[in-house]
Amino acid sequence: MNRAAGQDAVAILARVAVVLTLAFLLLPIAFGLLGTVLPAFGYLPALGGTTFGLEIFRALFATPGLAAAILLSFVTGLVATALSLGLTLVFVAGFAGTPVMARLQHLLSPLLAVPHAAAAFGLTFLIAPSGYLIRLVAPLSGIDRPPDILILNDPLGLSMIAGLVIKETPFLFLVTLAALPQVDLASARRLAASFGYGPIAGFVYLLWPALYRQIRFAVYAVIAYSTAVVDVALILGPNLPGTLATRLVQWMNDPDLSARFLASAGAVLQLTVTLSVLILWRGAERAGGRLLRFCRDGGFRFAHDGALSILSLISVGAIGGTFFAGIGLLALWSVAGLWQFPDLLPQSLTLRSWMSALPRIRDPLLTTLAIGLISTLAAVLLSIGCLERETATGRSGGERSLLLLYLPLIVPQITFVFGLQLLVIGSGSQNRFLALVMVHLVFVLPYVYLSLAEPWRALDRRYETIATALGRTRLMVLLSIRLPMLLRPIMTAAAVGFAVSLGQYLPTLLIGEGRIETITTEAVALASGNNRRVIGVYAMVQTLLPFLAFTFAALLPAFLHRNRRDMGL
Amino acid sequence: MRFMKAILAAGLIAGISGLQAIAADAVPKDWPAIEKAASGQTVYFNAWGGSENINAYLEWVGGEMQARYGVTVVQVKLDDTASAVAKVIAEKAAGKNAGGSVDLIWINGENFVSMKQQGLLMTPGWATSLPNWRYVDVENQPTILTDFTEPTEGLESPWGGAKMVFFYDSARTDAASLPDNAVQLLDWAKAHPGRFSYPAPPDFVGSSFLKQVLSEVIDDPARLARPVDEQRFERDVEPLFAYLDQLHAVAWRSGKAFPQNYPDMKQKLADGELDIIFAFNPAEASAGIRAGELPDTVRSFTFSGGTLGNTHFVAIPYNANAREGALLTANFLLSPEAQLRKQDPAHWGDPTVLAMSKLPQADRAAFAALDLGVATLTPDKLGPVIAEPHASWMERIEAEWRRRYASGN
Repeated sequence: MNRAAGQDAVAILARVAVVLTLAFLLLPIAFGLLGTVLPAFGYLPALGGTTFGLEIFRALFATPGLAAAILLSFVTGLVATALSLGLTLVFVAGFAGTPVMARLQHLLSPLLAVPHAAAAFGLTFLIAPSGYLIRLVAPLSGIDRPPDILILNDPLGLSMIAGLVIKETPFLFLVTLAALPQVDLASARRLAASFGYGPIAGFVYLLWPALYRQIRFAVYAVIAYSTAVVDVALILGPNLPGTLATRLVQWMNDPDLSARFLASAGAVLQLTVTLSVLILWRGAERAGGRLLRFCRDGGFRFAHDGALSILSLISVGAIGGTFFAGIGLLALWSVAGLWQFPDLLPQSLTLRSWMSALPRIRDPLLTTLAIGLISTLAAVLLSIGCLERETATGRSGGERSLLLLYLPLIVPQITFVFGLQLLVIGSGSQNRFLALVMVHLVFVLPYVYLSLAEPWRALDRRYETIATALGRTRLMVLLSIRLPMLLRPIMTAAAVGFAVSLGQYLPTLLIGEGRIETITTEAVALASGNNRRVIGVYAMVQTLLPFLAFTFAALLPAFLHRNRRDMGL
Repeated sequence: MRFMKAILAAGLIAGISGLQAIAADAVPKDWPAIEKAASGQTVYFNAWGGSENINAYLEWVGGEMQARYGVTVVQVKLDDTASAVAKVIAEKAAGKNAGGSVDLIWINGENFVSMKQQGLLMTPGWATSLPNWRYVDVENQPTILTDFTEPTEGLESPWGGAKMVFFYDSARTDAASLPDNAVQLLDWAKAHPGRFSYPAPPDFVGSSFLKQVLSEVIDDPARLARPVDEQRFERDVEPLFAYLDQLHAVAWRSGKAFPQNYPDMKQKLADGELDIIFAFNPAEASAGIRAGELPDTVRSFTFSGGTLGNTHFVAIPYNANAREGALLTANFLLSPEAQLRKQDPAHWGDPTVLAMSKLPQADRAAFAALDLGVATLTPDKLGPVIAEPHASWMERIEAEWRRRYASGN
């Protein structure tokens, strides 16, 4: 291969990767939204709808309890996001740069990898009236029967908000930590302290505006997720009536065909609800900015914020503690024999639940692995291509490309995956597996790209400059310098991608049409049987898989680079 | 090249001959041909997947079908049978009249009526011409021929029986205090606030409870055998909702939340949240004890005036892709061997649809030898059967229930 050809090959591949990435991200969303919007206005020839009109929306707004469902989605989404971000902000502001931070980072990182459903189940085992917290206090207060109080599925959605905060706070926390190196924390801290500002106020005045700009798309993704979530809402949310998204899923499965139109119109409504929360949030951003400037210019120092810091530390500790206690309870239930209230431990331990589940876990497990590995591999290759293109052109695309990447996370899943399902059915394609891998890719790709981008850009380019000066082609530089040096972040990004694929519930359910079973669809389906032991088994499998992926991601570079001490670490 | 063509042609012919094992409208009779055509087929069996032991039973069925006929049975696990019906409807609407994605459905009641009325089921009479039909207890189980007052006409093959039975923990609740009809149950609930509830409809156990109460409190029960009379509906169901209004005030969580389904109630009986629960399968309590989910002090009771009972079936959609495989599977499900395992509480514990008197001696002995478990009532103690109302009632009561209690008002 001569040198020019080597240059061209990489350049062409990289350009192709950019085009493919855009296509894989945007086409499913565009077609999916189209497939949702057209039936909402009455157009779906396969089901006899050939004219456009507003009758379906009229029927939608005539469904009983719709206003309550909309309000629930709106409020739970908004409150969950505000709480998660508020906690993150106060905690990072209070503790950034301290050893507490580093320790909690290790504590909270695993939370990201565990699917929402497993975390939600763990929470139910803890806070239900027959749950562990009440069992703990039962002997002290003489309770021998679970109290008849409404904790789970409460009409206000409080337990659902709690479930969301437990998962979203670590997400925002880690995104914020990733953005933190881009601001000058140490000198800002010194400056604020020397003028007598409290650590939180100083952080918020000097660093937060720049930091928030970096993480705001992640915040929007949390809004979209929280307003349109299905699995957490089914497990923890109110059901009389449920949130808008859970009603949508009911309509999507209704034997009455006209309900498909209703579901489409409902999906458009869901999009509107999510957009409204986003618009409201944008307004709040501006108001918050004004308040911040007012406090800053007014010279409010908030010097004594120790209590607030401690409070945020307790809250974040409680989130971690709740999560790990929940996982522990899942593990315990999976091996429990008879375990009655208010016993703190099962009367007997048995592997019965595992033995009966394991043979049936095998196939969904293989499917999960296949879909996860293929979509992750594709996402890693595409991300490397895009980043290589960025390195070559020196253009990162800025905000706009970041928004494109976040788009699949900001447009609620349910609104375009349903349209995709109608398209897949309409196409008569039997190859659901391929369709499913492509839909998973839509969600895996952004996470892989985002977690790979920073280390990619941070790599000292002088290594490559030297290699190029020594006459190596770009392909060789890429293969022998950049990729090996970035093996660890690449593996971490892949593990993140795999965890994302593993956690996908709704796309797998809708596109796979129940014929493609993964661990997650199995877990949620079996949850409808509400057998704690079975839920325990599946949730443990759901939890163990991402941990194995991350462990593998950590061990492989260490093994491959065992003779290069500085790279193996 | 020519060789390739020959292979393709042979494959095509084999494919065509496979298709011809059953003509589209004829009642299937030629069993050797069906067995031959079924070999290698994959049957997508759409069945509720919320119960581990039922899923395990279907696993076993799949293994047997593979070993005996080379048929692969895949359970498509549903959380609601309606979604399988929806799939067939969507396929018909899309003009997919062959090669459909659903081969066999576990079904009864309103889903059956809906599929029957829309012409979504395979040829009438296929079920009654199955070789194992000769064992079926049509004489003593009227619900085998009439599913929710709708004649089955051989459009669905019976699979198991169901009867509403109540459970309680004898360690906590005195047997003498137990109610013997719906009205006494309400009095009991008032005396024990927060200790009774029922799954929110459309869960079928919950809907069955509504029908049980309606059957007992409606002024003229005969009306339930006919379709809903819209003119009278409000008046007919008034006693039911008056009953529920009183019940909710003293129910678990004051009627602000409901258990999801039977397994959820079972867990709540074990936790001590509920004191009386009910199931549609008399063997559930014993199965729960055996699995370590319920304490061994749980016992069963029914109402002396009768409780709701019905039969559940399997049906084949008109456009099923693997209809021969589906027929073989339906026939196997009716075999004494499969029914024996189904009635065995160690596996499922669902009452058989076969008549003991029609079985060979050895099979009869095997059924007699089954240990039904300490909490299971023997067939003679199960009490009279109250027939299911016409399917239109279920739909209307569920909608009315949702309007009154689940609209967030």
